Amino acid sequence: MKNPVYTFEKLKFASFEFTCCEGCQLQLANREASLDAFFSLLDVRTFREISSEKHDDYDIAFVEGSISRSDEIERLQVIRKQAKILVAFGTCACFGGVNSLKNRFSTEECIAEVYDGQPIETLPIRKISDIVQVDLSIPGCPVAKEEVERIVVSLATGSLVTLPKYPVCVECKEQLNTCMFDLGEICLGSITRAGCNAVCTSGKTPCLGCRGHADDINFPAFMELVKERGLSVSDLQEKLGFYNAFEAYRDDET
Amino acid sequence: MIYKVIAKPEFRKFIDALVRENTSFGPRQVDTAANGNPIYQFMPVSSVEEIEFDYTATASSAKHFFLPFREELSRFSFNDSDFKQHIAYEAEPVVLIGLRACDISALNILDDVLLNGHYPSPYYLAKRKNTFVIGMDHLPLPDCFCKSLAHHTVSTGFNLFCSDIGEKYYLSINSSKAFTYLKEFQTEEPSYEDNCLLTERRKLISRSFQTEVDVTSLPSILDIEFDSPVWEKWGAKCLNCGTCAMVCPSCYCYSVEERFDIDLKGASRNRKLYSCNLVDFAVVAGGHNFRPKNGDRLKYRYYHQHRGFAENANQQICVGCNRCGRACLAGINPKDVINDLRMEKESCMICVSQSPART
Repeated sequence: MKNPVYTFEKLKFASFEFTCCEGCQLQLANREASLDAFFSLLDVRTFREISSEKHDDYDIAFVEGSISRSDEIERLQVIRKQAKILVAFGTCACFGGVNSLKNRFSTEECIAEVYDGQPIETLPIRKISDIVQVDLSIPGCPVAKEEVERIVVSLATGSLVTLPKYPVCVECKEQLNTCMFDLGEICLGSITRAGCNAVCTSGKTPCLGCRGHADDINFPAFMELVKERGLSVSDLQEKLGFYNAFEAYRDDET
Repeated sequence: MIYKVIAKPEFRKFIDALVRENTSFGPRQVDTAANGNPIYQFMPVSSVEEIEFDYTATASSAKHFFLPFREELSRFSFNDSDFKQHIAYEAEPVVLIGLRACDISALNILDDVLLNGHYPSPYYLAKRKNTFVIGMDHLPLPDCFCKSLAHHTVSTGFNLFCSDIGEKYYLSINSSKAFTYLKEFQTEEPSYEDNCLLTERRKLISRSFQTEVDVTSLPSILDIEFDSPVWEKWGAKCLNCGTCAMVCPSCYCYSVEERFDIDLKGASRNRKLYSCNLVDFAVVAGGHNFRPKNGDRLKYRYYHQHRGFAENANQQICVGCNRCGRACLAGINPKDVINDLRMEKESCMICVSQSPART
């Protein structure tokens, strides 16, 4: 396609799932109004939620889920070899996600509890970047389709791909929401990367940080705020650990 | 200005007629805080019953009716070898009810920056001209400090201003539109007693301030204190969340971004209100950040608010509503920061010789 302001090439696209609910990939098939235009940007080579065709000649791979088995590691390494751009897609891929709660228990305990002692292979949960190099992360539980559209357009037109660097508070204030802290709740919005349009707090649910930390957050000040308001530090730790998205900060100053 | 008084039941009829016929916004309670305090915002209203005339202050200001948090500035459509740009300055007529004197002062300040400067904003102008502003006075909250900035009263920038004098509102009518609307309702010339009640009301408001911030010489103090440790001290508390600027009635800084449509047939140029406290506010092409430290970013917000920029004739743009102080999770507020800045210098003055005594 010729255009006065951009060059465009359909992306040879593949989508894969590991340990996850496949909800993020389902988001790719949502937002019907722009679905046709969205898939016009993609040459789908492999994407089992929307097509039974399978081709291995893709350039860009969206990888959803975390890694919990050795065969997943092998599959992921094959994808890494083929893909020119590997995208960690969704919170599980980016941070381990809610699956990481498993890592608080021993593997034996987990197998006994979940599989009633059946022989099953399972490893502690790891995020995609623990195994292979990740070129781009799109966080969210689930991802925000509007943001994915924007990123895919950027990739297809060779423009700069960006995520907001500021925290959720900005978008929350745009909606004129009442601050969850004023309602007596611990909310991770002030340390979590924006881009979700404050969807949880707009529904009066505190932010659990599924999009990971914003750039250059002031974590000590955030801890101070929770303590000063007399809110529960163990509740805070629970929230920080929910998606494993604050790994680097979680045990600081507890 | 024309002055009238209107009985409160008649005033309610007037407002009801206005909001039933127009897209209107007024103060409504949206929540109750954990401490029991009601939380108000300017929300859509369609009848007088929905309006809380005796509200305290809204958590967010009325700024976004004039400067939306996000606004499409222009659209581009592509054809084979060229593109077309479409710009529209359309604004629906809106009635805004219940703005406080400080809120209207903030609009007057935005007028100075966005209309009276070198580059008037047609986007802002369209909304400002098409908005019917009804102001209402109120008794200050314990942390209001608009009096320190002389913004507890206002004499321009509204269509109608209502002072509560008990059984009636004392109306300051500042536009022909307001005068015409009111013709259909029963108003009276203010009596001698009404004038006395208005004076009493003004005195009561003025007396009721519990917070005072000394802003005299502040622009010069800020110049002198550019490298003060106070900035680092308060910067260490700042969460960089931008809440202060979002709720502020006069913060107008923004970012602009261009975006392709998903079908690649067009694009849009969008403005988004931003905050100088956000981490990438001063990032330039190539990635360099001119203000990488919290304290520097916080400092520049205070500079803009209390020292002013050239485009605003170096006037302070803070109106003293303290919305930023109320909303800040880290407890940063203008009163404490400014007092700290003053104290920092004044407490160390013992090491310099005294000013020459009067002879």
